[in-house]
Amino acid sequence: MAKAPNSAQIWTSKTNAAGSASFSDRDSGFVRNTLAGLMPFAVGIAMASLLHFLLPGMVGLYYSRIVTDIGIAIIMAVSLNIVNGMTGQFSIGHAGFMTLGGYMAAFTSYYGSMCLWGNTEIHGGFLGTGEWLFVVSCIVGGLLAAGAGYVVGLPSLRLRGDYLAIVTLGFGEIIRVILQQTGKVIESAEALKTGGLSQMIPPPVGGALGFGGVPKYTNLFWVFTILTVTLVIAYRLKRSSFGRGMISVREDEIAAQAMGVNIARQKVLAFVIAAFFAGIAGGLFAHERGVILSPKDAGFQRSFDYVIMTVLGGRGSITGVMLAAGLLTALPEFLREFEQYRLIVYALLLIFMMLVRPQGLLGIHEIWDLWPRRRTTLPPTASLMHSSTMPSQESKR
Amino acid sequence: MSDFVQTLITALAIGSLYALIALGYTMVYGILKFINFAHSDIVVLGAWSSYTLAVRILPWLGLDPHNPATVPPFWVAAVVMLAAMVLCGVVGFAIERLAYRRLRRAPRLNVLITAIGVSLLLQNVGQLNFVFGASPQKMPALLPSWELASIAFGEGESARRVVIGLIDVVIFSLATTLMLMMQYLVFHTKLGVAMRAVSFNTDNAALMGIPVDRVVSFTFVLGSVLAAAAGFLYVMKYPSMNQPAHAVWVLLGLKAFVAAVIGGIGNVRGAVLGGFVIAFVEQFGAFYISSNYRDVYVFALLIVILLVKPSGLLGSPVREKV
Repeated sequence: MAKAPNSAQIWTSKTNAAGSASFSDRDSGFVRNTLAGLMPFAVGIAMASLLHFLLPGMVGLYYSRIVTDIGIAIIMAVSLNIVNGMTGQFSIGHAGFMTLGGYMAAFTSYYGSMCLWGNTEIHGGFLGTGEWLFVVSCIVGGLLAAGAGYVVGLPSLRLRGDYLAIVTLGFGEIIRVILQQTGKVIESAEALKTGGLSQMIPPPVGGALGFGGVPKYTNLFWVFTILTVTLVIAYRLKRSSFGRGMISVREDEIAAQAMGVNIARQKVLAFVIAAFFAGIAGGLFAHERGVILSPKDAGFQRSFDYVIMTVLGGRGSITGVMLAAGLLTALPEFLREFEQYRLIVYALLLIFMMLVRPQGLLGIHEIWDLWPRRRTTLPPTASLMHSSTMPSQESKR
Repeated sequence: MSDFVQTLITALAIGSLYALIALGYTMVYGILKFINFAHSDIVVLGAWSSYTLAVRILPWLGLDPHNPATVPPFWVAAVVMLAAMVLCGVVGFAIERLAYRRLRRAPRLNVLITAIGVSLLLQNVGQLNFVFGASPQKMPALLPSWELASIAFGEGESARRVVIGLIDVVIFSLATTLMLMMQYLVFHTKLGVAMRAVSFNTDNAALMGIPVDRVVSFTFVLGSVLAAAAGFLYVMKYPSMNQPAHAVWVLLGLKAFVAAVIGGIGNVRGAVLGGFVIAFVEQFGAFYISSNYRDVYVFALLIVILLVKPSGLLGSPVREKV
């Protein structure tokens, strides 16, 4: 949170009309900016609680589960967008990070639960001890995925676009194959105690059958709280000087380097940040009701789903990607009878988008850029002209 | 020793299949500078259309396609393979004409995403019930299972025999013939000169009067025809066919692409070399280390080669001009 005052200024100018007043006196401005910086988190957590307590009663468990899925898909798509959309690299192994993080999180919470309480039942109610263990496990999963992101990010320093795509694809496949070779899940606390450390090699996470029996902690509150954190960080990243450095790498690496942007650092960090959130999303996915995490999840098919979301939403547009992730997750649930045709429609949509609107639904804009702003210094015609010329400039590249 | 020779024979057969598929990747990459993700699906199309054709032709000749003992005359295999090649050539032409040609001037990422889209489309259209269906099938035997040679290692009771089957020889010789024809075409004909010119610089080639669109179309057709042959030979070697969208097919295509990259993408000879290198690493790794990690060896090799020599074994380094 050391950067809060700086990024908060950006936020206040969006949310608070009187935000510019805080520049005049620095002492009270610092407190006010910090508070304003925390505002979106508070709003997000409040909304997550509302969803958590009201939604299942209103629409039933089936639709709440779809909403949970949408939340996880948005975390995945928005984090992938940091690599693919903002930094202009092309990663098609994002599900590899997700599954790696998910396995690590499930491992921590499953065996952690066994060590602490002797069984893998759900402990404590809302915000109870069990849920905190779950959150810590998700973060551990995120950290492992971030480490993997660092390793995968390194080749991106030497490889351009499509070579990098193949490396990330290969990474996802390697994760899948390695997870298939893991050992059987240890069923009871006694077996865990007597077995000693040797049973941890290879890690007992279920092999090809998948990791069953993970305590199902994921609920709407945690998904949308973590979603809030992801969105705020992604948005502030996009508006920060570091994010602009990423965008400059996307636009022209050589020019960015000439302007003093450390492109190696930008690329690797983009991978690390994206992988961290993917790992957390994997943790949420692993603890979701009705999900058995299996090595198959690391395969390229799932990665393609997230790539399609970022492409459809518009590369670099956070709200566009959210929109696409929501649509593409919800739509198949309502098209169950046409399951066979679902992927055909996806494929046609993808080709059609590339031919007709290559910049995605929203292009590089956010959703609020679509209507003219009221408090703009530019005359309305100028801002209109601006928004109509941008896509053509982008498509020229 | 017998194990070594057996692995060597398998590696040669599989390697020539990888090389055939890799040629398609490398030619398209050489000319249009993008990974044709849909290429592996052309291989699938070749495999599945030859299956569909075989189970239609055999009853017509009065043979039972699901009885492995019945072997049709030799011309059936040739007809099936040629028909699959023609079909794949047509589909390859259509894909280039309808999807990729419009994106000739688009950013490379867009073309790549379109290729993924085309790949998904082919896979899932193939899965439809009235096309190929979504269940695995068994390819009827079109070639007799002759043992051409049998080499014994060791003495008496403990002797272990290595068998060279007809199918291995057919795969290797057919693939080698096709590759030699490619070599001749690319380096000794006018069309080959045009292809290399377009690959070198599209705009200048157009200025020199080379019909770029026609050359690109031809390249796609050629790559697709080779892919169809590879698909046919693959299911002759491994008759248990997975459904069209199965990950096994995508992995086959990916390994072939890895072969093209390792050999130096855009380089026709490199693709062949890469195909054999990949097959050797995969087969010998699977035999001598652990068969569970056979895909890992290939991708690990790719990452190592890309980090050490990013332009591949036979590729020439490209210097970026500002």
